Amino acid sequence: MSGNPGTTAPAWRAMLGRVGTYLASHQSMSIVLGLAITAALLPLIVLLPPLNGFGTQKDWVNGFADAGVFVLLAIGLNVVVGLAGLLDLGYAAFFAIGAYTYAYGASSFTGLDIPFWPMLLVGAIVAAMFGVLLGAPTLRLRGDYLAIVTLGFGEIVPVVFLNADTYTKGTNGITGLAQPSAYGLFGVNGFGFTNPWPYFVTVVAIIAVAFIFLYRLQDSRIGRAWVAIREDELAAASMGINTVTTKLLAFSIGASTSGLAGVFFAAKLSIVSPDQFGFTVSFTALAMVVLGGMGNIWGVAVGAFIVYEIQTQGLKQLGSFVQSLHIPAFALGPVTLDLGAINFLNFQYLLYGLALVAMMLLRPEGLFPSRRRRSELHETPEEAAESNEEIVQA
Amino acid sequence: MTSAVARRRGAGAWRLPITAVIVLVVAYLIILAGVVSQSHVSQNLTTADALSQAQAQFINAVTIGAIYALIALGYTMVYGIIELINFAHGEIFMCGSFVSWWLLTTLGFSGAINDPILLLGIIVLSFVVSMLVMGVVGVVIERLAYRPLRNAPRLAPLITAIGVSFILQNIVFVAISNSIVTIPQIIPNTTLTLGPLTISLINLFVIVLAVGLMVALQLFIGRTRLGRAMRSTAIDRDAAQLMGVDINTTIALTFFIGSALAGAAGVVQGLYFGITVFNIGFQAGLKAFTAAVLGGIGNTTGAALGGFVIGFLEVISSVWGQGRWSEAVVFGMLVLVLVFRPTGILGQQLGDRA
Repeated sequence: MSGNPGTTAPAWRAMLGRVGTYLASHQSMSIVLGLAITAALLPLIVLLPPLNGFGTQKDWVNGFADAGVFVLLAIGLNVVVGLAGLLDLGYAAFFAIGAYTYAYGASSFTGLDIPFWPMLLVGAIVAAMFGVLLGAPTLRLRGDYLAIVTLGFGEIVPVVFLNADTYTKGTNGITGLAQPSAYGLFGVNGFGFTNPWPYFVTVVAIIAVAFIFLYRLQDSRIGRAWVAIREDELAAASMGINTVTTKLLAFSIGASTSGLAGVFFAAKLSIVSPDQFGFTVSFTALAMVVLGGMGNIWGVAVGAFIVYEIQTQGLKQLGSFVQSLHIPAFALGPVTLDLGAINFLNFQYLLYGLALVAMMLLRPEGLFPSRRRRSELHETPEEAAESNEEIVQA
Repeated sequence: MTSAVARRRGAGAWRLPITAVIVLVVAYLIILAGVVSQSHVSQNLTTADALSQAQAQFINAVTIGAIYALIALGYTMVYGIIELINFAHGEIFMCGSFVSWWLLTTLGFSGAINDPILLLGIIVLSFVVSMLVMGVVGVVIERLAYRPLRNAPRLAPLITAIGVSFILQNIVFVAISNSIVTIPQIIPNTTLTLGPLTISLINLFVIVLAVGLMVALQLFIGRTRLGRAMRSTAIDRDAAQLMGVDINTTIALTFFIGSALAGAAGVVQGLYFGITVFNIGFQAGLKAFTAAVLGGIGNTTGAALGGFVIGFLEVISSVWGQGRWSEAVVFGMLVLVLVFRPTGILGQQLGDRA
């Protein structure tokens, strides 16, 4: 329209440049903006073929809200595994603790009716407290003992929720948890069960807060201490870092994020029962962190989202696709193979296992690596010795 | 230096039998107390009945403990030599039970075999097959999944081990069965009386077999050239290499023996319980690891003793009517031992907590 593109283009570019510099110096703003754009685009993308054939927009948004729970779990576990280098295999326990905390705070079982929003904080704090309780004695031990202790803890917690039925209603779980309410904001009161949108917006908001919090922590003195401990605990200790408290902090922050996810999860489902929090949840979260790229918050979040969507939508669609091919059953030795009858969802954990091993062998830094982590994992001891020699020679 | 070693060896030599006797006596007394206390709830037992019940439970505990001990040996050997918690080890046990299931059903057995020679032959066959297959599987896993990561950061092989464990578990889940599978119990249900002791054939067989395998392992580690190679690699890999020990072969051998023992435990699982399921290895592995930690990880005699302690803990909790808490008790024990006595009850080796 304007006959003078020479002047508008630089102005446009300068504008973009200014936005760029603004975002570069305001990390929290760019997080909010990035998540807002993602959250706005996702419900639109699913209207495109072939995704719209797999479900209505409502179904997809509901799935995204569930995926958000796992994104939260993964970015929380990333603090423990990715940043501090501690293998926590009982991560689902804190998820369970968060969920049951909400169940106690907002259900007819206890008679309490605390609103959802403060319960988010309460759930996070209670989970963090359990994290400290478990971590304080065990974080003094070497790393792989921690893995096994957390694994044991992750097994005990569901068993306790299952067996202490006077307090937890055992295997039936606690039902009828109160729904969150927006108190008329944007015309939403109780979130209800039919409309996934309020949950989606809520989980994106929680993720945004967690992102800002975790990014700021990662770039702080504490974050550097975590990385130092991960790289070399002895060296970190001799530089004056209190390794036990620093590890404990990572552990409890991871736990609190898990607790937060648990509260949201419980509120959305409106039921908690012990079988929701088995080892497979911890394992899934670990696979997400490893796939996404240990240490990189955005990478882990994207990895978690992709893994969740593959697990819920991808395998299902693959199953119906294979079924639509109508391959006749054939015999393979003593086993008869009927591809059409295969439930591909059963392959979920086999795939995670394969992915974990393949990633560790071929690309330990993950699909979306953090730069520091990549250089660390690709350095063999010989290279390290060589680079030290170079330094000495220089 | 020499005298210090001798003194330590002397102390260790006495510590094991003393601890073992204490464990056995205490466990028996707790079981007896449990039987008596529970009997008052339901009916009045005579003293003779209580004693025979306690004895049956005691033997049951030793049998279960033998299975855990066999698994724990593999954990502790692998940890001793490459300092890796082989999370896939419990799944090796599970796969071993499926190998024996496959063998026995393929051969067409469905129940007890009464011909003693045939029975012996089939038992030997199933142990040999399962131990060989699982040993090879263990070596393959080490070669493909752990060896490339031997110099990687510690986290990497741990995560790989978790991955391998899920791969094994889900291969069985997808390819064989997603529910409980019945294994033919080929040993006839006969009871033997040895003096004051009444013991069924299967219990006697399991206990004798497990103890035999453990003694054989001790002799192998302690008396043979390869066993010496394993010990020296565990103590100092580089020095062992300088002395001409082939490290790769030695580590592969460790995996072979450990996995073969887990395979044997899998066969025992089938013979004794008659069932298996794809996810049996996870909890069994965790309990066996607890056993290994209890005995002091890296210490093979300790692992065997720890296995029996775990067996007692399980049976004690069920005798006291709290069977559903047995997992929580065992894992709680694991946490407590790791926190307060990370060197295990025998208190040897591996003092480093860095």
